[in-house]
Amino acid sequence: MTQQQTAGPPPAHADLAEEFLDRSTPLTRIRNILHRYPALSPAIVLLLAVIVFGILNDRFLRPENLSLITQQVAVIGTLAIAQTLIILTAGIDLSVGAVMVLASMVVAQTAVNNGFPAILALLAGLATSLVAGALNGLLVTRLKLPPFIVTLGTLNIFIALTLLYSNGATVRGSKMPELLTWTGSTFPIGGVRISIGVVLMLLLYGIVAFILGKTAWGRHVYAVGDDKEAARLAGIPVSRVLMSVYLAAGAVLAVGAWIQIGRTNAASPNAGVDLNLDSITAVVIGGTSLFGGRGSIWGSLLGALIVGVFRNGLSLAGLDVLYQTLAVGILVIVAVSVDQWIRKVKS
Amino acid sequence: MTVTEASVPSVPPRDPNRTPILQARNLVKTFGRVVGLDGVSLDLYPGEVLAIIGDNGAGKSTLIKCLTGAEIPDEGQILLSGEQVHFKRPQDARTHGIETVYQNLAVSPALDVASNLYLGREERLSNIFGKLFRVLDTNGMRKRAKEELTRLGISTLQDVTVAVENLSGGQRQAVAVARAAAFGSKVVVLDEPTAALGVRESNQVLQLVRDLRDRGLPVILISHNMPHVFDVADRIHIQRLGKCAATITPESHNMTDAVAIMTGAATA
Repeated sequence: MTQQQTAGPPPAHADLAEEFLDRSTPLTRIRNILHRYPALSPAIVLLLAVIVFGILNDRFLRPENLSLITQQVAVIGTLAIAQTLIILTAGIDLSVGAVMVLASMVVAQTAVNNGFPAILALLAGLATSLVAGALNGLLVTRLKLPPFIVTLGTLNIFIALTLLYSNGATVRGSKMPELLTWTGSTFPIGGVRISIGVVLMLLLYGIVAFILGKTAWGRHVYAVGDDKEAARLAGIPVSRVLMSVYLAAGAVLAVGAWIQIGRTNAASPNAGVDLNLDSITAVVIGGTSLFGGRGSIWGSLLGALIVGVFRNGLSLAGLDVLYQTLAVGILVIVAVSVDQWIRKVKS
Repeated sequence: MTVTEASVPSVPPRDPNRTPILQARNLVKTFGRVVGLDGVSLDLYPGEVLAIIGDNGAGKSTLIKCLTGAEIPDEGQILLSGEQVHFKRPQDARTHGIETVYQNLAVSPALDVASNLYLGREERLSNIFGKLFRVLDTNGMRKRAKEELTRLGISTLQDVTVAVENLSGGQRQAVAVARAAAFGSKVVVLDEPTAALGVRESNQVLQLVRDLRDRGLPVILISHNMPHVFDVADRIHIQRLGKCAATITPESHNMTDAVAIMTGAATA
């Protein structure tokens, strides 16, 4: 009890730490750099993938193909934004795809069957996904259930609701007001045709990156994911932050629903429910930690692009869809392993 | 200084003319069947360091959690500058000027030093970006964080942009203490501030405690380390089995006495 001065590191331990760093190998130095810039490793992977697929098949780098990739990435990229927000708080959202599909069905049905003006139909979709987000958020913050279980449940609920609501019928884009399929229209930039959906997605990335990086709310999202109890003791209203994250994710998913309608030129109750796993894949490949508190939103964009490039490149190489799935699976495992290795830097 | 009253719980003030800043009256806190606090009272006067010591489970942490809003007492009153307050969450205590450094530090490892100093009370830019888009004044907060660290004489933290997870235990402690010292306007509470520190860092923290007191800010210090307690404390509140066993001063008792009271081998 009364031991004199507890045994601790010697006074000059700061110098020791430096000395230790000096003895680092080139490998640990690379690791330190990757740790400092979490978006760097996915950027390198993307660059390598583009180079390799470009060499393998000269059609890969043609403008038409690049247009295709960006359009394929628009939906996944948008879902990945919502997923990133939730994973940053140490949660996970299995229902993102289902919410998006439900919202897209509400948009299409209210416009086509109920005769809502396009704007009102979109707002109905937004309201739907906000309610869905609020439901997830309430279950997580009030009942204190793990997000994995909550969204596993709501995933099934939303799938069922979608099928009940739509009677399982697809609404074709040709019947919809033009505004609803506007996100699928394209304009050329240097030969590459960019869709409005891609622009919307990039806009969302810009907005969310700004909010996460420059506002107190952004810092609180990281702090809550990092250490919930520490955040609470520091005076952060943890439940309110979590709730707002699920609502923000809902809002992002509504935009995703609009982009999906434009991209497929239809609203189908069966399309995109499995996109939840692809969105998690994109976020994980993008270097965001599943344990929360670490990661960058731009990494998720890179992750979504990597998934898109792999799928497209492998199909151009003439490989079956099965091999694309195989490749994406391997990619996830490798990404998480690399992430673990990088994070060892702190211990 | 004469020997202070032996019996529990309230202790006559050292100077009867001074009014306590923080008072606790008969606090009771139970966790299910476990009694954490069994009618504890405490007075904290301006410009003093009050140490709280006690064996594990004596109710030290529960006591300060009640005083700082991390727990809500079942019974009893807390008075700040003579007025009764009801803290429902840590933020309530902070807005009343009570800053706490918890044993588990409550720092966010992935955020940098400046972000941690301002965590939960970030400052926005005063221009249109700050008002309209709520943009944080990152550079300003970094600058002021640096100034604050210099003012407090914390030399081990030169770079306020480094993530806290890359700091040593002592440096993390310095971040947490600096945060409390920078924002505490009435009371600073330190829970085991030297537990994880080496000799030099411990002395820095103790010096920091003295500096805070000399600036007129009362400090509550929870510690297991008797030499540290007897080094800086003006009065020592001894918890035993959920009650205040005695309040002594370093002049009236020595460490052996304190340990004896703490373990129940003696009464004051």
